Amino acid sequence: MTPLLDVRDLQVAFRTGPMLARRDVLGVAGVSFRLHPGETFALVGESGSGKTTLARAINGLQPISAGSVHFDGQRIDRLGRAAMKPLRKVMSMMFQDPVGSLSPRMTVRDLVTEPFRIHGVRAELAAETTRLLALVGLNDSFADRFAHQLSGGQARRVGVARAIALNPRLVIADEPTAGLDVSVQGEVLNLLNDLRERLGLSMVIITHNLHVVHHVADRMAVMYLGRFVETGQTDAVFRAPAHPYTAALLSANPEPDPDKARERIALPAEVPSLLARPAGCEFHTRCPWAQARCRTEAPEMRPHGDRHLACHFPLAPGARPPERDIPT
Amino acid sequence: MTVLAIRGLNVSFATEGGDLHALRDVAFDVPARRIVGIVGESGCGKSTLINAILGLLADNGRITGGQIVFEGQDLTRADAAQMRALRGPRISTVFQDPMGALNPVLSVGRQMRNIQYRSSLGRAARDARSAEMLQKVRIPDPEAALSRYPHEFSGGMKQRIAIAMALMMEPALLIADEPTTALDATLEVATIELLRDLQDQIGCSVLFISHHLGVIAELCDDVVVMYAGEVVERGTVRQVFRTPRHPYTARLLECDPARQSGRTRHLPVIPGDLPDLRNRPGGCIFAARCDRRGEACAAPQTEREPAPGHRARCILAEAT
Repeated sequence: MTPLLDVRDLQVAFRTGPMLARRDVLGVAGVSFRLHPGETFALVGESGSGKTTLARAINGLQPISAGSVHFDGQRIDRLGRAAMKPLRKVMSMMFQDPVGSLSPRMTVRDLVTEPFRIHGVRAELAAETTRLLALVGLNDSFADRFAHQLSGGQARRVGVARAIALNPRLVIADEPTAGLDVSVQGEVLNLLNDLRERLGLSMVIITHNLHVVHHVADRMAVMYLGRFVETGQTDAVFRAPAHPYTAALLSANPEPDPDKARERIALPAEVPSLLARPAGCEFHTRCPWAQARCRTEAPEMRPHGDRHLACHFPLAPGARPPERDIPT
Repeated sequence: MTVLAIRGLNVSFATEGGDLHALRDVAFDVPARRIVGIVGESGCGKSTLINAILGLLADNGRITGGQIVFEGQDLTRADAAQMRALRGPRISTVFQDPMGALNPVLSVGRQMRNIQYRSSLGRAARDARSAEMLQKVRIPDPEAALSRYPHEFSGGMKQRIAIAMALMMEPALLIADEPTTALDATLEVATIELLRDLQDQIGCSVLFISHHLGVIAELCDDVVVMYAGEVVERGTVRQVFRTPRHPYTARLLECDPARQSGRTRHLPVIPGDLPDLRNRPGGCIFAARCDRRGEACAAPQTEREPAPGHRARCILAEAT
């Protein structure tokens, strides 16, 4: 089966520094993954780990410096604007910030029919407005409102309606629930799950909220400093994280239970700068179990049981690795 | 000993569509050396409450009733000069966005020295005190950090610097308004632990506002649940999170994706919208969305106390 999306060794470099000392900083430093039709893939990581840059690179919004992106068998990373435009009908994007990603000067009706106008798709726009609003659970009375007259959850629904307007095959959703109240987060996630089943969508979801990942994604990748450190089936990764960084992220999730026994993995130090990537394993500066080898030798992304992993000393369920053996 | 006592507080805003009754009969205590969490969703009145305590309500807002008693003084009667003397030295704040709290064109050391303008210490002693505070919030190499500017620090460090500044004058009350919302999970946890340590060292009380139930459960001693400008439930964190007695609290806890241990394709939600605060319903504020409402809910509800210290504004909290 041809994967719907096939990303290989993708790199995105940003130019930085003063005029005479220009250099490249890798925001995404070599990432590969495949997305099969009907699948939901989650990219997880902290701010600055390159999640959004990766999503923009897939969609052609950000030029890539190495690697390739194939969509449905066709190579798309070298396409120009004009050649890319028809593809945006079938691979749509939901941007961060539910209200901010909607034009304040357009009504909801204009917003949800804008994709038809941009792509010159002939359609009965009044009927489409009703159909799309119904799909995302808003009634017709919303059609004449402006973005500032919507709550966060309603604005997010309009964003979803825009993304699915032209029956795409792939939706890339950047932080679909960030900034929404808990009771509304559930609504948006239910909506995405529901649409995925009804319309047969594939999705890439970018988030730093692990609970979101747990409930919607089939597979997930954990990003650190622009690289994947662990990928696998969501259930398996949650059950037994193998990379120390994944384990720390999962353990850092505060739960609404005052009596819950917490076994936290504390990460010393701050996230290193992309301008000064650590040598060896890039996580060794913060890893509670780093050994001498981690400081010099960079681990490759390799198959490890039911997943892929970049770590010299993977965690095993039930067993604690030896303590950190190098100074911080 | 109670540091802050709020009694029957009512706040209204004059709007084009009529008076918007933003807070109704809000009452709770912040005891000495306790961390009290305020939880509620957008529009529940959290920000209005903070602004009322700080005397910073917008021009069209006014306190229409009740008292805000801070260390024995009713702040609703305090004038601008009295409030100015309290804000900073006695009541300090940390906000969601640390960049907004720091001045981008002054070095951290200069800003921290300026905060001590009431202190009798000399310049060198003030700088030493600043460095000591940075040390407490675990900024590496604190002396060198004083000469750096806010943009040279990461988001987590900036928030810790803002916390150091807020606690420098050893206030009696720290108001923390979503201080960890902009931070990543690992930093969020580290910041919570830091706040707890510092609160313990300084011995202040904290009013901690968040919509993140997990953070409240972890950090706070007591919790106040707000809905549409009313306190619907309050008590210790264990009472409220373990045995919620108001249906809104129960539903809110159910909705948190973190509560779903197993994987589910369909998450619970609370159907319906907030009531129009210009036209508050006469009875229970949550009745329209409540799946357990009965005839009695059409009448105004008073707080019941199902267990000592545990209060809920719901008729169902009466019988045990």
